[in-house]
Amino acid sequence: MLDIEVNVKLDCRGMSCPMPVFKTSKALKNLKVGETLEVISSDPGFVLDIQALVRQTQNKLLVTQEMNDHVFRYVIEKTQQNLG
Amino acid sequence: MMNNGTRPRRLALIATKGTLDWAYPPFILASAAGAMDWEVGIFFTFYGLPLLKKTINPAITPVGNPAMPMKMPFGSERFQNINWAIPNVITHNIPGFDTMATGLMKKMFKNKGVATIEELREMCMETDVRLIGCQMTMDVFGFSKDEFIDEAEVAGAATFLEFAADADISLFI
Repeated sequence: MLDIEVNVKLDCRGMSCPMPVFKTSKALKNLKVGETLEVISSDPGFVLDIQALVRQTQNKLLVTQEMNDHVFRYVIEKTQQNLG
Repeated sequence: MMNNGTRPRRLALIATKGTLDWAYPPFILASAAGAMDWEVGIFFTFYGLPLLKKTINPAITPVGNPAMPMKMPFGSERFQNINWAIPNVITHNIPGFDTMATGLMKKMFKNKGVATIEELREMCMETDVRLIGCQMTMDVFGFSKDEFIDEAEVAGAATFLEFAADADISLFI
């Protein structure tokens, strides 16, 4: 799972709420269903926020991986078409 | 309509405060909800209304707010962690104290990677958040429509209530 192929990468290090949520949502919209997005974030609150985001937008969080001190790597699979 | 046939969640906010600190909650909640594909509307009334102006410059004041941390956004980590106990006689009477406090808070937000109010408002517009300005407040404070951003609707209580009637969450901020 950790070496899953990613289509697009997004670096949100240094950003606070709600920027990582917003940037992740925007990046997801530009993906096709089945493609994956890697997000790197240093926001501790984003560990739970990304779960809420994928639930609310009906996508799938494949990977949550702590890289070092508060920096996490996430991989999301786009499983839902953009909502109108 | 969402893909599973249900309607999207809806968030209805009333923004009544125009200081820098209190300008954040409505714009943060609205942009986060917008990012989650929710329908969002904010009714800007009384001191919240100026947040819809083309040029905004919200400020803070420590006056009457003993909970506001007084910390410096520069220097060593130890220095930044000092909470300065500044007596009321200074915070209330020194000319320019609010301007200084506002500058320090903006610097602190920037250091911590927090977006500016203008950026958050931009994000709200990008996610089609309805920005409704209160007509009555506009009349009372003597503002004219052309002082406000083009995206702002101008309406009254009934417009907001109709939107909020179908909301899953309604908050008064």
